[in-house]
This record gives sequence, structure tokens and C-alpha cells, in this order.
Amino acid sequence: MAKIVGGITTSHVPAIGRAIARNLQGDPYWKPFFDGFPPVRQWLADVKPDVAVVVYNDHGLNFFLDKMPTFAIGAAAEYRNADEGWGIPEVPPFQGDLDLSWHLIESLVDDEFDLTTCQEMKVDHAFTLPMALLWPDQQWPVRTVPVCINTVQAPIPSARRCWKLGEAIGRAVESFGSDERVVIIGTGGLSHQLDGERAGFINKDFDQKFMASLADDPTWATQFSTHELVEKTGTQGIELLMWLTTRAALPGRVRTLHSNYHIPISNTASGLMLFENL
Amino acid sequence: MTPASTKPKIPGTVIFDGDQARKGYALNRMCYSFNDAANRAEFVRDEDAYCTRYGLDAPQREAIRQRNVLALIAAGGNAYYLAKFAGIFGLDMQDIGAQQTGLTREQFQAKLLAAAHS
Repeated sequence: MAKIVGGITTSHVPAIGRAIARNLQGDPYWKPFFDGFPPVRQWLADVKPDVAVVVYNDHGLNFFLDKMPTFAIGAAAEYRNADEGWGIPEVPPFQGDLDLSWHLIESLVDDEFDLTTCQEMKVDHAFTLPMALLWPDQQWPVRTVPVCINTVQAPIPSARRCWKLGEAIGRAVESFGSDERVVIIGTGGLSHQLDGERAGFINKDFDQKFMASLADDPTWATQFSTHELVEKTGTQGIELLMWLTTRAALPGRVRTLHSNYHIPISNTASGLMLFENL
Repeated sequence: MTPASTKPKIPGTVIFDGDQARKGYALNRMCYSFNDAANRAEFVRDEDAYCTRYGLDAPQREAIRQRNVLALIAAGGNAYYLAKFAGIFGLDMQDIGAQQTGLTREQFQAKLLAAAHS
């Protein structure tokens, strides 16, 4: 059976792409953010996963408001990014894993998650930037399965529901009849708000409580409604749902191997965590 | 009213719910088209014709004309699609944040830095 080797959660703001394109990793503004990644890259080099299931939220590249799935999953042989309106440099295409995609679809629908399945799917910065942060040479050593959660249009799925989705993803992966080693990657957050008079809102206290909870009390954030989470973390801080889903996919107890938190990158409190299954 | 609009108001925040999605559809559809560089160029070439083609209503047209983010949100704009509109003018999220909060870009950046020490 396939094995989940661990989970990685990281922020994904577009400005990271510009910083990479301009080689600003050592710039004083960016250094505290980029310096978080070498230990995670080393872990990946040691653990050598075959596949990454990437839990992210689309920002209007693949999905528009004409059809807005709550949960969508890729079932394509290849995924590419594209111009999102501000000309992010394109990255090499990502290889899919059709067998695992369809196994996840079968298993998750059987588990009562009514997914939208996508045989064509463009992946935006929320998918590509974490990949580029984890494998900066952009020679992707893993096949990928994108899982997209709606955070564009309310109603957004609850933290409780995302937790259950993550658990179901974990069960699905570990029932897959192969010897693949799978890493779960969740992208987004932490607290930030781009829109409205409250733009620039950041909640360090909540972020730090949330990050601490993921180790030993991981369902802590499921006590809050999405409306409460927006109030506490900002309109885009709700992306912590990807972190929760990722954490829930890890079966059993975990050890936090690495963690980084830095304010700000662009308008965002950035976070990075690495969990390994015990 | 959708259930979201009956929830406690979060100051300085518009939840992009069903009401907003209905009101803002034409505006957001136009902004979604700006994923394509050719469409961004077409907008710049003839803004009026482009807005007419997408059927913007008067408040949406005026908010686009003014490049006023708060007015665009009030007219149903969604942050993620509006970011593509801002991209046409090379504005980033600090410019957008500064405009919405009535701060200079430098003041807005200072506010973000201050959050690290809260």
C-alpha cells in the first residue's frame, strides 16, 4: 500500500514568484522567509517522495464564478500554469499521477465527498510557488495530484468539513495498492486580508495558536465557523483550511520537524511547517 | 438575503457571498478575462468599448473609471479578480492596500511591519 511520509504547509503569495524571478532570496526583506525552506528541502531529499498531493485554492485561473466547485481534484496527465493577469514567469509542467488521481476520486466519492473531477486543470501560483519553494531547481522529482478547495465565494466549506476531507484523503492514499511514497502539501495563509478598509489585517496571536495546535490538538480550529475564521484571520486568512486538510490527511500521531513564521511578506503573515508521521 | 449577510458584520470587510456574486458577475467576468494579455491590451486600447462588451452597470463602470478598489468591491468585485484588473496598471497588493486604507504605500508597509511586534 502507498504510504504518507509527511505533510508540508506553506504560504503562497504571488510576490514570492516575483522575488524568485528577481533572485531576492538573500534580500533583507525576503531572507527571513526563504531561510525557512532549506531544512524542508533536506527532508524531501532524504525521504524522496514519489508523489505530492497538493491541497490549494485557485484564485481565478482555472475556475471562474460560472462554475465554482467546493472541492475539485485533478485527473490529468500533466498540469501547467498560465498568466494570471500580472505575467508570472511560467514554470515547467507538472506530471500528474492518473492512477492515484482516480483512486482518490473513487475513494473520496465512496466516502461521501462529491468532488468535481478535472481532466484538464490549470494550476495557479497557489500550486506552483510552493513547488518552486520546495524544489528551487524546478526539476520536479514528484508526480502530483492537485486538490482545490473553494475560498473565492462564500459559502466556503467549514473547517470541520475540510478536516474530514483531509482524513478521507489520508485513508484513500493509504489504501492505494502501490508502494508509492506520498507527501501532502497544503498551501495558503496565514492571516491576511487584501480587500476592504481592513486590508493589511494580520493576527499574529491567532496564527501562532493555530500553528501550535496542529501538532497536538489539530482539530482545535474546527471549533470555528468560516465566518469566525475570516473575522480572526482575514478574508484570505481562511486559506488555513488547506493547512487543516493537510494535517488531517496524516494518519496517526505526528512530529513537527520544522516550523517558521514571519511577518510580513507582501500583505501576509507567512508560515511554514513540516510534519512527519511517527 | 443569503445567510452570510445575516451574520455579524466584520468591520471593514465585505464577505463575497451570493449577494455579492450576483451583483458583481459582469464586473468579475470582465476582470477574469484579464488573465489573457491580449485582453488587457484591448482594455487599455478602448476601455469604454471593453466595459460595454461585458455589460458593466453604471456603478461598476464608474468604479473602473476611478480605479477605486472600495467602490469596485461595493459594486460586487471580488478581490481575486480585481487583482487582475490592478495588474494592468502594475499595481501590487501594497498599492491596493494603501488605497483602501487611505494610507501612503510607505505607511501601509509600516503598518504591516508593525504587525510583527503586536
